Amino acid sequence: MSAIPALDRLQPKDYASDQEVRWCPGCGDYAILKAVEKALSELAADPDRTVFVSGIGCAARFPHYLATYGFHGIHGRAPALATGIKLARPELDVWVVGGDGDMLAIGANHLVHALRRDVDLAILILNNAIYGLTKGQASPTTPLGTRTSSTPLGVVERPLSACSLALSAGARFVARAIDIQQKLLPEILVRAHDHPGAAMVEILQNCVIYADGAWSHLTEKSVAAEARLLLRHGEPLLFAEGRKGLRPAKDRLGLEVVEVGSEGPDAAGVLRHDERDRGLAVALAALEPPMPVALGVLYADPAPTSFERALRAQTEAARAREPGLDLATVIRRAPTWTVTG
Amino acid sequence: MAELETAVATGAAPFRPRERRASVVVRLAGDSGDGIQVAGGQLALATALAGSDLETFPDFPAEIRAPAGTTFGVSSFQIHIADHRVHTVGDRPDVLVALNPAALKVNLPDLRPGALVILDPGSFKKRELERAGFASDPRTDGTLAAFRVLEIPIEELTRKAVAGTGVGAREAGRAKNFWALGLVLWMHDRDTRSVEAWLERRFAGEPALLAANRAALAAGHVFGDVSELAIPAFTVGRASQPPGTYRTVNGLEALAFGLLAGARDAGLELLYASYPITPASGLLHLLAGLRGLGVTTFQAEDEIAAVTAAIGASYAGALGVTGSSGPGMALKTEALGLAVAVELPLVVIDVQRAGPSTGMPTKTEQSDLLQAVWGRNGDTPLVVLAVATPADGFAMAREAVRLAVHHMTPVVLLADGFLANAAEPWRIPELAGEPAFPVRFHNAREGFRPYRRDERGVRPWVPPGTPGLAHRISGLERDFETGAISYDPANHARMTAARRDKILKVADDIPPAALEQGDPTDRLVLVGWGSTYGPVADAVAAARARGRDVAHLHLRHLWPLPRGLGALLAGFERILVPEMNTGQLAALLRAELLVPAEPLAKVTGRPFTVEELGQAIDARLEEAP
Repeated sequence: MSAIPALDRLQPKDYASDQEVRWCPGCGDYAILKAVEKALSELAADPDRTVFVSGIGCAARFPHYLATYGFHGIHGRAPALATGIKLARPELDVWVVGGDGDMLAIGANHLVHALRRDVDLAILILNNAIYGLTKGQASPTTPLGTRTSSTPLGVVERPLSACSLALSAGARFVARAIDIQQKLLPEILVRAHDHPGAAMVEILQNCVIYADGAWSHLTEKSVAAEARLLLRHGEPLLFAEGRKGLRPAKDRLGLEVVEVGSEGPDAAGVLRHDERDRGLAVALAALEPPMPVALGVLYADPAPTSFERALRAQTEAARAREPGLDLATVIRRAPTWTVTG
Repeated sequence: MAELETAVATGAAPFRPRERRASVVVRLAGDSGDGIQVAGGQLALATALAGSDLETFPDFPAEIRAPAGTTFGVSSFQIHIADHRVHTVGDRPDVLVALNPAALKVNLPDLRPGALVILDPGSFKKRELERAGFASDPRTDGTLAAFRVLEIPIEELTRKAVAGTGVGAREAGRAKNFWALGLVLWMHDRDTRSVEAWLERRFAGEPALLAANRAALAAGHVFGDVSELAIPAFTVGRASQPPGTYRTVNGLEALAFGLLAGARDAGLELLYASYPITPASGLLHLLAGLRGLGVTTFQAEDEIAAVTAAIGASYAGALGVTGSSGPGMALKTEALGLAVAVELPLVVIDVQRAGPSTGMPTKTEQSDLLQAVWGRNGDTPLVVLAVATPADGFAMAREAVRLAVHHMTPVVLLADGFLANAAEPWRIPELAGEPAFPVRFHNAREGFRPYRRDERGVRPWVPPGTPGLAHRISGLERDFETGAISYDPANHARMTAARRDKILKVADDIPPAALEQGDPTDRLVLVGWGSTYGPVADAVAAARARGRDVAHLHLRHLWPLPRGLGALLAGFERILVPEMNTGQLAALLRAELLVPAEPLAKVTGRPFTVEELGQAIDARLEEAP
């Protein structure tokens, strides 16, 4: 796709619909929409063969703002809607967009099963750690202790990790980025699209109204270098401007921080990222402060086929076993008798 | 019901007088491992091949592997054999074959007084009696005084018959279902050829088992001739049927074939998405076995995903179908609202069962009607249809597809647990030729608006992938003209009316109200829907034969109601609505048509009997209006 000359491709703005975008001023969703438009342009995506599917919530307004086909469905059910679309029309490019409430609370079941089935979908979870559209209730990713409109005394439930959940569900593409990472995010979106199966991208997004600064421990310039671990396949797991790295822990299963000396990361025993290493991905997904948070593609290991293609192949094989089979023949498989006039 | 006439029989037992009967109701019963359903299926086939009419109903235990000899492990199969068209499996068995005490215990309350009970005395040992819950031996304590009892050592005779065929002791005993089948066939003057042909296919490559089952069948069949016991022998004549090729079909099979035929007529791929639930699961199994026809089946993670995936498939230009029962239908409610809002075709098959909540999963009921018609948030109209008989599932599933794709609407097709498993002869329709109602997707760019309605109020169907027509749809209210999100008050009122009118106009596309039997000058009309068709049809026919002024009207289209229904019903003095719920159709008719519909409720998990409907008819006509 990237072979198409840049001038002949649709520009990012060409992917915007005629609808006025109605997110709050300063919402992280604007940046994500921009990154999606950029990714679609880089992919030279055909708007007529692209479908954005969503559930309910701020993030789920996404399809209205793109000039592709779009289906804004019901709360939590976008992965199931998208699965039906892919089963009917495997050739369509189908994206699913939802927030943390939509995809990790009411729709967690559908997310888990879309991932384990490996339906060829790009699934974007816009995680702002809050319910925005319903006015600020705690979500499954709201940190412990947070005071929200539904938890005035503070959250007492532990938050869940979208990336850990996806990996345990059997996802074969798991990535994470922050809304403000305008270089990394489109790159990841392009890769999620190209992954031939279910690809889950968690996008840490700032809600300026109800959870402003939820990700400030990653986004503040003063702490970013220490707090973020940017993953590159084959490259050492370095952060803090290369001064620190991650190596296998000596006395337990996991990762530990090591200072990188003048001899370099390899000498310090720093691991190199391998996107196909599920065990490493599980360890990376579990990193949380005070450890650096992993960003980029945690895991990418495509299966030979996807759910809808495997089902199609079964259908074709069943057809090939009984060529020309029709309903009239099937009906007459039972014993029949004839009454004459 | 028996029209008695002694005749000299022809065929298998030339020396024994056979009783010519208009109809016989036979029930075979035994342990769930006794092969009752197999024997019943073969009895049905032999009956059909001999040209009599029939209706059958299998009754399986709810437990998967119930302990042997217990009452909750009893499996039974009932068949109504008649020389005329019958629509029910018969109120009460005339003949019961009970292979163990538990089978006797469970089925005894259903028998007609004077019925023939065939027992295997070998199974009436102390332990078996205790397991079945008999405090004393029912053969000697007066329990069976009202019946004619024949004790035949079926298992023992089976073992003798199969000796020398080379099967082990266990297999020898297991052939007793075919011994019993042989005897029942003899009793009804049927030969064993069709069963032998089936055995040859079933046990191809297993010569010992084939020989054993064949020997058991033959021994049971010849027993009637050679036995010292005076075994009753009947002849039930041929029923007159329209010319054609027939097979027997149960409700779920008919629905599966109807969906496939409908998809073919519409020119669409079929996606059936479903979640396991009793008794609807059988439909998933049937369609999953027909992937060679191109149907895609999807077992979803839950009921909501099943219906939502079906909506996704319809959006993408396939025919999305889902099916469920009981609480599963409740779970699909929100998604039905979405399908109404986005105005996409969808077929939902509800195999109703007794509720509320989990209720009685294996028992039949018709208590989802009002849920189907009105049970959603908002003013959310859709089309509701109901299957009348097992074979009618074919026509109604096809009708559901036709209305869904041509009116861009979800259609709920109501069946029930009885219809799902009951079977009857079905004249196989002609399926060749051009698709009957092909869908034409909209692809014209000029003036395209996703919600622009045609003269019937129907919006265009534009699957993604259609060049130049990329657009967005949503469960949010949308502008009547542009389809963009709109919270405008007047627009919402206009859209609500448009959705209502679109569904009401479906009445122009369905048959007007008409009587099945009788005429508008009769005093009483019975209004049936769904599986009450059979007992109501037979009860009204019998009452009319007694000279009663009673008519029968049956509704296959529940929403919108057929044109002319109000005027037709208003002409009757009394309107009686038998239904297996507490009066849902009666409430609907009263609300919509302002007619004095009187409910006749039955919520025992069992269908109406012809007898109780006959009594209800007589009572209404004997009372002053």
